Amino acid sequence: MSWIRRHLLTVAAMATLTILLVPNLVVAIYSFNKPDGRFNYELKRFSLDAWLHPCGTPGICDSLGLSLRIGLTASVVATFLGTMIAFALGRHRFRGRATTNLLIFMPMATPEVVMGSSLLALFLNIGLSTGKLAILIAHIMFCLSFVVVAVKARVASLDPRLEEAAADLGSRPVSTFVRVTLPLVAPGIAAGALLAFSLSFDDYIITNFNASPNSVTFPMYVWGASQRGTPVQINVIGTVMFLVSVAFVLGAQLVAARRAKRA
Amino acid sequence: MAAVTTTEDLRLVGISKEFETFTAVHPMDLTVPGGSFFALLGPSGCGKTTTLRMVAGLEAPTSGSILIGDKDITGSKAYQRNVNTVFQSYALFPHMSVLDNVAFGLKRKGDRNAMAKAVEALDLVQLGPVAKKKPSQLSGGMQQRVALARAVVNRPDVLLLDEPLGALDLKLRRQMQIELKRIQSEVGLTFIHVTHDQEEAMTMADTIAVMNAGRVEQLGDPATLYERPASTFVANFLGQSNLIEASVTGPPSGGVVPARAHGQDVVVSAELLPAGLKDIWIGVRPEKLRLGGGGRNKMAGLVTDASFTGVATQYLVRMPWGFEVMVVQQNDGSARACVGENVTVSWDPGQEFVLDQNQAEDAGVVVDHG
Repeated sequence: MSWIRRHLLTVAAMATLTILLVPNLVVAIYSFNKPDGRFNYELKRFSLDAWLHPCGTPGICDSLGLSLRIGLTASVVATFLGTMIAFALGRHRFRGRATTNLLIFMPMATPEVVMGSSLLALFLNIGLSTGKLAILIAHIMFCLSFVVVAVKARVASLDPRLEEAAADLGSRPVSTFVRVTLPLVAPGIAAGALLAFSLSFDDYIITNFNASPNSVTFPMYVWGASQRGTPVQINVIGTVMFLVSVAFVLGAQLVAARRAKRA
Repeated sequence: MAAVTTTEDLRLVGISKEFETFTAVHPMDLTVPGGSFFALLGPSGCGKTTTLRMVAGLEAPTSGSILIGDKDITGSKAYQRNVNTVFQSYALFPHMSVLDNVAFGLKRKGDRNAMAKAVEALDLVQLGPVAKKKPSQLSGGMQQRVALARAVVNRPDVLLLDEPLGALDLKLRRQMQIELKRIQSEVGLTFIHVTHDQEEAMTMADTIAVMNAGRVEQLGDPATLYERPASTFVANFLGQSNLIEASVTGPPSGGVVPARAHGQDVVVSAELLPAGLKDIWIGVRPEKLRLGGGGRNKMAGLVTDASFTGVATQYLVRMPWGFEVMVVQQNDGSARACVGENVTVSWDPGQEFVLDQNQAEDAGVVVDHG
């Protein structure tokens, strides 16, 4: 009884982690499979084929490349604009500030289906054809809110006296921003950028509304492929993405730990 | 650290600051002699911090000008002024090491020896061993010294201290007061120290400006402010005061002026009585009052409270008109009085200060010494 009482929390945590990680594990295991038919739903025999030829299915690496490009561009632009909006909202009092604050939350609250179809209607009305540019604009738009929220929290917790102290010590405004403000807000900006990238990379619904036949992103490719069959390469790419994310998190933890130890 | 340059005076000419809803500082003139330890003393909201921020360039004055020597710096930005501040919250850069914090100002000026000078400044405040640490890993007192080193290292024309000891506990505060005074005399810079702690101001400053509601009430050295306060505000804000209502009853004779206080005849030193004043407050500090009839002015009263504080005993003695005077008697072996005892309280003319009776008796009374 007492053993259970002492370890209940650990057991619950392990159970939760298992539930979270089992799907990833399944994806990884099936990446080493060699299915009989076109559907990778049954473990047949071990094979490294998919790992050795990740681009072995037509179109898969093109769609991956497009998703990475859109994800990077969208997150860079959204991070840049979002950081500026966050500073404006956090630091300045201007007419329309409350309204802006509210509007920033709208894309997060709007159902994606609604937003996707609305954007399509907008793009068609202004004469912008669907495709890569339309997808990019849409992604920047919905990533922006998340960046603003992440950076604004950081700006709000920043002591304005630190900037006063920098100015007091003879630091010009630009130098103060680069040496004091930016390093202190950086974790928020980094979080915003990572969030933006993963949201953009992951998005299917809004993208699908605004895509054209020559702008098939990775999520669209997977969805399309699953109608006709699921190539094992999807599992390979999925596993790599998962490992890259884990490596990112671990790396950040290590850097933080080393910094704490050294200081 | 010996190279003391001739530091120049800081002059505030007709300076004032109005915010949207209130006037923080009324037009005032103030000269801070170069190389002095100057204190701006007053209760919170008296305009002392606003004055400091105007000197630092963090607040633009509504009117007036600020000069260092003959140079008008009113229009220059904070980063252009050779003025540095030790902030109340220290405002150390959390992402930099202690050493980088201290070297920050020198580096911005392109000083090639920034690091060496920063190390030297850290040694001055005895923090050499923690140079590599982050500010958050230091205690409050150490952070305070880093903030001080970060400001002093730039050799500013004026060093501003905004309640720098406010966050420290009493013992550390005393220690830092001595430390600050030592550093000031070592580097020979002009220090302007903003504080609400009268004891701190008196211990450290050469000159104190007592501020109240956006105005300077009195300017002088600590002894003058304490012995000869110019207003009831100053009398009450700096130490304890017993204020006794009196009226002058005759012309001066033999250096003293006769007066009547609550039906009792007393004499007031003629030279302390401002000319033409008839209705007066006679102010006597608690340690100037004696239990017993040794002094020339005598009043009878009843001891209502006696508290032993170690070096002294503090009595409250109720006067016949209901007012309780405070008497502080050194524990020098003289007889002690007990609560409930009828005693005579006395003082000699010349130990009092005299103020106009139309000033509020309770101006500047500090309820909470926080």
